[in-house]
Amino acid sequence: MKRSQDRLVRYSPLDRANHWTMVIAFVLLALSGLAFFHPAFFFLSHSLGGPVWARILHPFLGLLLVLLFVAMAVRHVSRNLLGENDVQWMRQIGDVLDNRDDKLPPIGKYNPGQKLVFWALVVSIAALLVSGVIMWRPWFAGYFPIPLIRLASLVHALAAFVAIVTIVVHVYAALWVKGSIRSMTQGWVTRAWARHHHGLWAREQEEKQRREQQP
Amino acid sequence: MINSQNIIARSATTTPPPQARSHVEEVAKLIDVSKCIGCKACQVACMEWNDLRDEVGECHGTYDNPTDLTAESWTVMRFSEHETADGNLEWLIRKDGCMHCAEPGCLTACPAPGAIVQYANGIVDFDSNHCIGCGYCITGCPFDIPRISPKDSKSYKCTLCSDRVNAGMEPACVKTCPTNCIEFGTKADMLDRAAKRVGDLKALGFRDAGIYDPAGVGGTHVMYVLHHANDPNRYSGLPKDPRISPLVGAWKGVTKPIMAAIIGITAFAGVIHYVTKGPKEEPEESADADPTALGYDATRRRDDADDRPHGGDR
Repeated sequence: MKRSQDRLVRYSPLDRANHWTMVIAFVLLALSGLAFFHPAFFFLSHSLGGPVWARILHPFLGLLLVLLFVAMAVRHVSRNLLGENDVQWMRQIGDVLDNRDDKLPPIGKYNPGQKLVFWALVVSIAALLVSGVIMWRPWFAGYFPIPLIRLASLVHALAAFVAIVTIVVHVYAALWVKGSIRSMTQGWVTRAWARHHHGLWAREQEEKQRREQQP
Repeated sequence: MINSQNIIARSATTTPPPQARSHVEEVAKLIDVSKCIGCKACQVACMEWNDLRDEVGECHGTYDNPTDLTAESWTVMRFSEHETADGNLEWLIRKDGCMHCAEPGCLTACPAPGAIVQYANGIVDFDSNHCIGCGYCITGCPFDIPRISPKDSKSYKCTLCSDRVNAGMEPACVKTCPTNCIEFGTKADMLDRAAKRVGDLKALGFRDAGIYDPAGVGGTHVMYVLHHANDPNRYSGLPKDPRISPLVGAWKGVTKPIMAAIIGITAFAGVIHYVTKGPKEEPEESADADPTALGYDATRRRDDADDRPHGGDR
């Protein structure tokens, strides 16, 4: 019982299952997509069982990712709007990068960097969906004029680039900030972690916990 | 794949292809539109030589049959009825098919190594065995020529009878054409023939007669003699100044290596940041802390200056 007092729940089992399904889908999409992106990466088409299978499966995996992402985004969009102290936190990005965390203002469940990741993915995944449907053969591309398919192909490549860079940053941040990976694998963070990295969220959660304990 | 020693360009390949026979002369097919009678013998010869049997289609009220290029109809006669300014009718017939561009948009766009090759003699050929069915060749082509087969999801187009040409023969359509409207030879010879025909047409009163060998795609290995070279669009939408679309250029060009480099640099920057600045270690709870206590004074207002929860003992 005492153990659970030291912890705050950050991600529900459903959040975690959704996240790791998206990880699998995104990695396979990125590898197979890079295969068509540049000849240097063509060998990655074997990640989906060879170039023809990669061409066939890539769009369906994309649809799966979009569905999971929408489910996640709808749940978490309100936590990703500009919040208290976010602007000040961004101004002190140098302190963030230099690990001078004690100088930073307390922030909500997500810091502005995480919010930027969220919105970059919202925009790039929306662009990937629309452009991807337009260039999807043999099902849909035939219904669109060729100049539009050309534009969609360029947009798809650019949006994929934005998404991949964003995910690289996201993965690095998880490796960099110790304790965050456990929050997505097991769902909890320590009280100290929450206070240190997300002070406003920690206060909110602790007040909630206390209300529940003191009827 | 025949002629494998003889390739000057290969799709999705960043190193030089085999090109030992650099002395090979460029070939070309010349289609003199003014001599075409629309008999479709070329379509039949193409089907016969290439063993293609397209589905029987529908009549759309024109002589176009089939009405469009397909994966099994690599050449199609396109008939257009053009009314001139003085009220006369011109019946313009153009044999449509792959133009075998010197700078092929299909080859530029193709992501599958070796699925599209360009031989030293100028022929652009699809190696369907390596085709993955993505349709990027359709996206890249300035002439809207390649077609994906609904049967096998591979892309097809005129090969300029590369198999026949390799054996010293002319393409099947050329062999069968009853009016010699289609001729075949070295590109230099065909340009000479075309220039002579243009002279003849001008003498007949077609002042705008000319050769269609568009420079925007580096010239083509299928050329037309047009009586109205000033307005190729009149011939069922033949583009006046075809070139690889700037969108395709941006899509397949310099943007990709730059984007790939930025992805790599981002990941590398992470490595360097980690080994120079180090991770944000997990903050430790002080040993005697009451786990139920709040990390701050909950009776104070949020906007008080020093109400920050502290980050443990760091």
